[in-house]
Amino acid sequence: MKHFTKLFTDLDQTTKTLGKIKALVEYFEKASDQDKLWAIALLSHRRPKRTVNASYLAQWANELSGLPDWLFYESHHVVGDLAETITLMLPAEFEESNYSLTYWIDFIKALEPLEVHQKKEKILWAWSQLNETERFVFNKLITGSFRIGVSQQLMVKALAKYANVKENIIAHRLMGNWSPDINTFQDLLFADEGTDFSKPYPFYLAYALEDEISSLGDPEDWIAERKWDGIRGQVIVRNGQLFVWSRGEELVTDKYPEYHVMLSLLPEGTVLDGEILPFKDDKPLTFNHLQTRIGRKTISQKLLKDVPVSFITYDVLEWQGQDIRTCKFEDRRKLLEEICSKESTVLRLSPRVMFNTWEQLAEERARSRDFLSEGIMLKRKDSIYRNGRRRGDWWKWKIDPLTVDAVLIYAMRGNGRRANLYTDYTFAVWDGDQLVPFAKAYSGLTDEEIRQVDRWVKVNTVERFGPVRSVKPELVFEIAFEGINKSSRHKSGIALRFPRMARWRKDKLAKEANTLSDLNALLKITENT
Amino acid sequence: MDLLQFTDKGIYCAQAGVYLDPWKPVEKAIISHGHSDHAYFGHKYYLSTSIAMPVIKHRLYLQDNIETLNYGEIININGVNFSFHPAGHIPGSAQIRVEFKGEVWVFSGDYKLQDDGISTPFEPVKCHTFITESTFGLPIYKWKPQQEVFTEINQWWLKNKAEGKASLIAGYTLGKSQRILKNVDPSIGKIFTHGAVDTINEVMRKQGIDLPEAPRITNEVSKDDLKGALIICPPSAVGSPWVRRFLPYSLGIASGWMRLRGTRRRRGADRGFVLSDHVDWDDLNTAIKETGAQRVYVTHGYSELFAQWLNEQGVEAHEVKTKYEGELGEMAETASTENEDGTKNDTTTTQP
Repeated sequence: MKHFTKLFTDLDQTTKTLGKIKALVEYFEKASDQDKLWAIALLSHRRPKRTVNASYLAQWANELSGLPDWLFYESHHVVGDLAETITLMLPAEFEESNYSLTYWIDFIKALEPLEVHQKKEKILWAWSQLNETERFVFNKLITGSFRIGVSQQLMVKALAKYANVKENIIAHRLMGNWSPDINTFQDLLFADEGTDFSKPYPFYLAYALEDEISSLGDPEDWIAERKWDGIRGQVIVRNGQLFVWSRGEELVTDKYPEYHVMLSLLPEGTVLDGEILPFKDDKPLTFNHLQTRIGRKTISQKLLKDVPVSFITYDVLEWQGQDIRTCKFEDRRKLLEEICSKESTVLRLSPRVMFNTWEQLAEERARSRDFLSEGIMLKRKDSIYRNGRRRGDWWKWKIDPLTVDAVLIYAMRGNGRRANLYTDYTFAVWDGDQLVPFAKAYSGLTDEEIRQVDRWVKVNTVERFGPVRSVKPELVFEIAFEGINKSSRHKSGIALRFPRMARWRKDKLAKEANTLSDLNALLKITENT
Repeated sequence: MDLLQFTDKGIYCAQAGVYLDPWKPVEKAIISHGHSDHAYFGHKYYLSTSIAMPVIKHRLYLQDNIETLNYGEIININGVNFSFHPAGHIPGSAQIRVEFKGEVWVFSGDYKLQDDGISTPFEPVKCHTFITESTFGLPIYKWKPQQEVFTEINQWWLKNKAEGKASLIAGYTLGKSQRILKNVDPSIGKIFTHGAVDTINEVMRKQGIDLPEAPRITNEVSKDDLKGALIICPPSAVGSPWVRRFLPYSLGIASGWMRLRGTRRRRGADRGFVLSDHVDWDDLNTAIKETGAQRVYVTHGYSELFAQWLNEQGVEAHEVKTKYEGELGEMAETASTENEDGTKNDTTTTQP
């Protein structure tokens, strides 16, 4: 645990990529194979199963501190993180110990079958064996939310450097379904391919185009498609089995029973990249519809009928068992068109958007909402399929968001980097002389603006409800969003897709904000398409 | 009528006609210490401790309209006895004791119980009513002994020096900076200061406070001298073009807010040193107990929560709204603009 805590501290204490890589390599050099494996797992969001309810942890920590529950609760809101709050509340005394990371993970796993009072005894003992930073790491392991600013790409770089293996190979090996419980460090990093049929390829992700479209050069070099508002996915047919992965590296095969027909549509040894998209009567449905399917363990017949899901494919990564990611996109696309030549309501080819000039493409982009699409994807004809988010060959050219001006009415403290700052806001529009809340937004302001709003909130609080403060209805923000839908769950009757603050309208008074009828008008426009 | 009242100008003693740390211009102001949320511009007469006076005079451009008392010395104004007692917050900082016909109130100003090696250490004062700050009035705030924190700072400086980097440490200009200067190990390397810090240092040296040598950063200081040096600067200098000259450097921030990982991370510092000039949770409770007060007013900080806590402990406590800025402090640190001569462009900054 000392090594891993040191790694955690080093990673936490530097914002620089090189420093983080150095810390990781140093760790890999010192730690045992099993500890290394767990460290990689934890940093790529593979956690041991949660074996103790977080509220028990809070309760026991609070008992040790001898303070009333409400004070713990309020402190938690200030700290913004349960594991950290527990750490800060615990009495400082401990006995120095030196058990390994794997020891503590096994310790946590072994808690599962125990009775609550036995778990308590174990946890109190663990706390007594760890210093403050180690306790924090331990609490994070149990509560399962380790975010320490290490991206997958960064870890791939560090591992490649440590193991002297090429980055793209490491990236591929780290994908998919491995677990420290089954795999060893050696077979994760050095084993031959082909043992795990389910293993997906790392997704190639595009950056948003910020420059003028003409900066991309000759339109002749590019292929355009519509950008779909679904879930990025990979469909794998290998060994006579179907595997469907979402971009979050979650195996979601069972969530989309429609996809089983892929086994007859696609030959052995095929991997397709595309979008999981609700599709009905030959038209895509909104992301809102898809949301009714996400997170459901069992899919009812009714839901399958109301929100059928298709796979809109736009790339082929493996064909006849061969990894073809290094073929030109133009050629992969041609192959994909052949693969999709059989008509199917489940497997659909993402159509090409034909254009000769950038002006023509701009016109197509302007029609995006007609297709319930978010804009245009641009892919260079001769580009290979790369790992992770890269600049240059693929771009997303999104449409401008919809916007309304809204009044800030509630504020709540944020988490993590935003702990103890009022950063989570609720916005309202006018309905007559009433303000109706319609959206929450957390992002879009600069750090400096956040500090200003935080300060303003603290001075202009009207009422407190636990962690939430209602504030004087004075500040106006332009809220940008990607879509608008009816919603019976919200008081305003509408729900926005991806709302965020586009800018702080210091030039506007609260009474100049938009109204609910303005929102309903937007709803009509987007529904009619 | 209460001996002290909370008005929209500050804490007021009607019997004597004086205000304690008022935030709007008044005739007579008794000032606990020189931080800008306690010592405002524009009063007609000021009264402070003799140790705090030079800095207050400098920062507020006062002429002869400031009088002083030593700690423990009493001044009687219309039958009310006022005296200053060490608050341990920064050099010269005081609690203000107010006594009339046997009734005693104490206004804490800002304070800490830890001996920082540069301020006159805090002394508990018995009173009937205690007005306390609560900047860090939650149990998550606990400070380590000062020596441990300075060991961390010294080790960080040594490591940076070994890597050929400068060590930039940000702490409030008045108080924190001098505390750092006084307590780091000067044998590690050269120490420099931002102009705003140096100006305060000069004022303090002139009044006889012993501070190690720490020249101000000027264009004449060579790049070689900066390598491996420790540079003490105000938080407002972080992120300004001024710091570019120290590249490559490691940035440390010394503040009680660094106790929270979230604050540490969003300030973009390489290191956060939990070093505060305010009481932590345990000391806050100890201090209140030692006053023997039956009634407590809680000002800036987590005042509502802390008052609730005290009430549950059987101490009558009330939250009071003032313009002192505990909770807002962290933000003000960066929003403030600080002049090279240590004066302020705005009056909203506070000590974190």
